[in-house]
Amino acid sequence: MTSNIVMQSADVTRAITRIAHEILESNRGSSNLVLLGIPTRGVTLARRIAAAIASIDGVHVPLGSLDVTMYRDDLQKQPLREPAPTNVPVDIEHATVVLVDDVLYSGRTVRAALDALTDLGRPDVVRLAVLVDRGHRELPIRADYVGKNLPSSSGERVNVSLSETDGVDSVDIEREAP
Amino acid sequence: MIPHLISTRDLSREQAIALLDISADMAESGARENKKLPALRGKTIVNLFYEDSTRTRISFEVAEKRLSADVINFSAKGSSVAKGESFKDTIVTLREMGVDGVVIRHPSSGAPHLLAERDWIDVPVINAGDGTHEHPTQALLDAYTLRAKRWGDSARSKGLDGLRVVIVGDILHSRVARSNIWLLHTLGATVTVVAPPTLLPPGLSEWPVSVSYDLDAVLAQPCDAVMMLRVQSERMRAAYFPNAHEYSAGWGLTLERFHRLSPDVMILHPGPMNRGFEISSAAADATQSLVLDQVANGVFVRMAVLYSVLTGTEVMS
Amino acid sequence: MSSSVLISGATIADGTSSDILVVDGLIAKVGKVSDKTDRVIDATGLLALPGLIDLHTHLREPGFEQSETVLTGSQAAAKGGFTTVFPMANTSPVADNASVVELEQSRGIEAGYVQVQPIGAVTAGLLGTHLADLRGMADSRARVRVFSDDGKCVHDPLVMRRALEYVLAFDGVIAQHAQEPRLTEQAQMNEGEIASRLGLAGWPAIAEETIIARDVLIAESVGAALHVCHLSTAGSVDIVRWAKARGIRVTAEVTPHHLLLTEDLAVSYDARYKVNPPLRRQEDVLAVRAGLADGTIDIVATDHAPHPSEDKECEWDVAAFGMVGLESALSIVQQTMVESGQLSWADVVRVMSSMPARIGRLPWSGLAAGAPASITLVDPTARSVFSVDHLAGKSQNSPYFGRELPGRVVHTMFNGYLTVENGQLVDAETVASAARLRVAAGLVRGLNEERHDG
Ligand SMILES: [Zn+2]
Repeated sequence: MTSNIVMQSADVTRAITRIAHEILESNRGSSNLVLLGIPTRGVTLARRIAAAIASIDGVHVPLGSLDVTMYRDDLQKQPLREPAPTNVPVDIEHATVVLVDDVLYSGRTVRAALDALTDLGRPDVVRLAVLVDRGHRELPIRADYVGKNLPSSSGERVNVSLSETDGVDSVDIEREAP
Repeated sequence: MIPHLISTRDLSREQAIALLDISADMAESGARENKKLPALRGKTIVNLFYEDSTRTRISFEVAEKRLSADVINFSAKGSSVAKGESFKDTIVTLREMGVDGVVIRHPSSGAPHLLAERDWIDVPVINAGDGTHEHPTQALLDAYTLRAKRWGDSARSKGLDGLRVVIVGDILHSRVARSNIWLLHTLGATVTVVAPPTLLPPGLSEWPVSVSYDLDAVLAQPCDAVMMLRVQSERMRAAYFPNAHEYSAGWGLTLERFHRLSPDVMILHPGPMNRGFEISSAAADATQSLVLDQVANGVFVRMAVLYSVLTGTEVMS
Repeated sequence: MSSSVLISGATIADGTSSDILVVDGLIAKVGKVSDKTDRVIDATGLLALPGLIDLHTHLREPGFEQSETVLTGSQAAAKGGFTTVFPMANTSPVADNASVVELEQSRGIEAGYVQVQPIGAVTAGLLGTHLADLRGMADSRARVRVFSDDGKCVHDPLVMRRALEYVLAFDGVIAQHAQEPRLTEQAQMNEGEIASRLGLAGWPAIAEETIIARDVLIAESVGAALHVCHLSTAGSVDIVRWAKARGIRVTAEVTPHHLLLTEDLAVSYDARYKVNPPLRRQEDVLAVRAGLADGTIDIVATDHAPHPSEDKECEWDVAAFGMVGLESALSIVQQTMVESGQLSWADVVRVMSSMPARIGRLPWSGLAAGAPASITLVDPTARSVFSVDHLAGKSQNSPYFGRELPGRVVHTMFNGYLTVENGQLVDAETVASAARLRVAAGLVRGLNEERHDG
């Protein structure tokens, strides 16, 4: 097994700041914005993006978490997944919801998140922010804000580490040794 | 996580806490306007009730429907059981119909165990009460209720360590008591059982409980929760105790005993209650009584159990 | 027409090696034999035991032929090395009169695998209130001497006393199924922590012990012979030991399953382990073994109790009590008593052949010249995993499947002809015609013979 670091701590911080700028730009400010992270690292990223927005715009946008476990289409194919809390602090009716996750891959998690969101209400707009887009989509889903495009093969693993949960900020690719 | 839920003895501390945590997630979804979750969409669950229990059956049925499962209710009344079909033949028939999970209530101790162990059917089995053996979802909902009340918002990932629970009544015939004794012990609580000697099971000294015949002496000591068990009046005829009055005076949560109880002692009863016999109305309806919380939490705990046994591919670790 | 068989080089229970000459169904000589015979059975390495006798068998005929018949039960017995069985009276109709016991006996003679020596009921219909036709059965062609309501306890002390007194008239014995009915209402398994944990109603040891204690006192007061069926607890062993020391005429039996199996098997809720009396604690197993070794318990009896699969493949509390045991009995005794050093093979002969005959009031002379040639040839060095192939009866409710057990019955000879050969049952037609020859020769009293009081 070999492992290759593709984003260092500074790269992660830069990417988050850039995503915050892009969100504000496309939303024309922070009004109506709600950031919902997908547990566990999506929630951490959403918190960082919110902090970046606050430092740019001076506004604390509503921030929450959206667990998608019960909406997955692979509940029978994987070991039991323990659900995580869903915590949506404001009414999302007519809001602009930005879903935040660490890695965009098959698109199935985002599909589940859209279903979970539908059960909570009807936002005007839903956007997607991810730190890494590694390709290999299985559904017609794309991200609006991407920290880094990272072409990878399906035999590889992309690991996102964040200091809050993993002690360090980094992204690496693991591949089987040849 | 677990292939079946037959007995709380089968649960490790980690598994039990995970079930309570998942129950909390279910409770959170239960507070929404749209209470339904799609996790068991396309799954057919049969509620196989060989014994009348409207409360438990409805609780399971609500839990199943909240998780989007298709539900078949099978009750012994009006079914082929009344015509003498064997248990095994009934189960094999269900297998051929393609059910995905069985919730079973049965007057014979061990019937859910047979269902889980034999090759009659190969689907997850949830014990909804078997004879005088176990009633694991009742114990889980009791533990959930105690944990939520005791720890509030910080309950997640906690056990019941240090909690002192007193279980009073017909321990001998109570499946609720058995499931509770094992689970409370696993979660770190200390359990005292109180009953007349005739209603205590032989071999009790080998179980992780303290035993007393004197309810007043036990309640004079500090405790966190008192769980009153239903006592069936038929027991009088089999000479377990002389009469209702004497039972109530010795082992009931009477008005006098209730008034002596500290107001922060939690009162539980699995229901249905015999008011005025094992529990006075004042105690049953007190603010410290969690009887209605138990009913509400029953749905969330059963959702958690259904979700845990019916999804995931991992075998019990 | 004379026929002769030589069993050559067998090991006798005392350890010596010997030939056995069988002529016309009788043992002609035991020792070195050089006579030329029609047939030679090479018994080198095999133990020659007098045919085993089971004082406690349920053959289920008449009435419950879906579980067992006299023929299939006789075949199970032969497969296990038995040459005589005593079928219990809880048939339908109940064996409480001469015609039922004579029917059972004649079915046994017809089948020809073993001697079927019926046990009569103590009370009419096993109802526990009025005595059955005890004298009628004693005087019948079946010459019943053992009476039992087995399956039920003769719990009324007055009826028990009267029965014990009454059978003094013809040297009968009352075999008591010791189970206090009030103490065992709904009972499912041995009372204790495991029963409590499993939620199965407990069957206390005192339900057995109080009846045995009462009965030995009654037997003492009337001077009658009491036999205690399937004794299962350490306390029962103590009571019988005390009674024998007092000179009370009491004998006792233990089943193979109570010598080996314990209550913890019930945790599977597998009703093959449901039996009456229930499997007990390990302490009880050790106590009954010790009791059998020191002679407090006189005999091993199988309590072979066949049930169809639907009565066992079901909820525990709905399932029938009982297990089949004829085919496995000798192996279990070898494993628990011989291999543990508590019994010699000569002792096995005592507890599984001579004493059962004595309690059952049958003549017995073992492997002696002039005795009927009923001989069991066993390979004690064989070991095999017990499976349904070991069974020869109609039902398969054995608790031993999957266990490796010692010993193998290689040949069973009954009245000079083989009922089991090389471990295989000889077919029913061959056995039945051999049996008819013995009847014709007057060795066995036939079916159409006039009843006479022997
Ligand atoms: Zn019996």
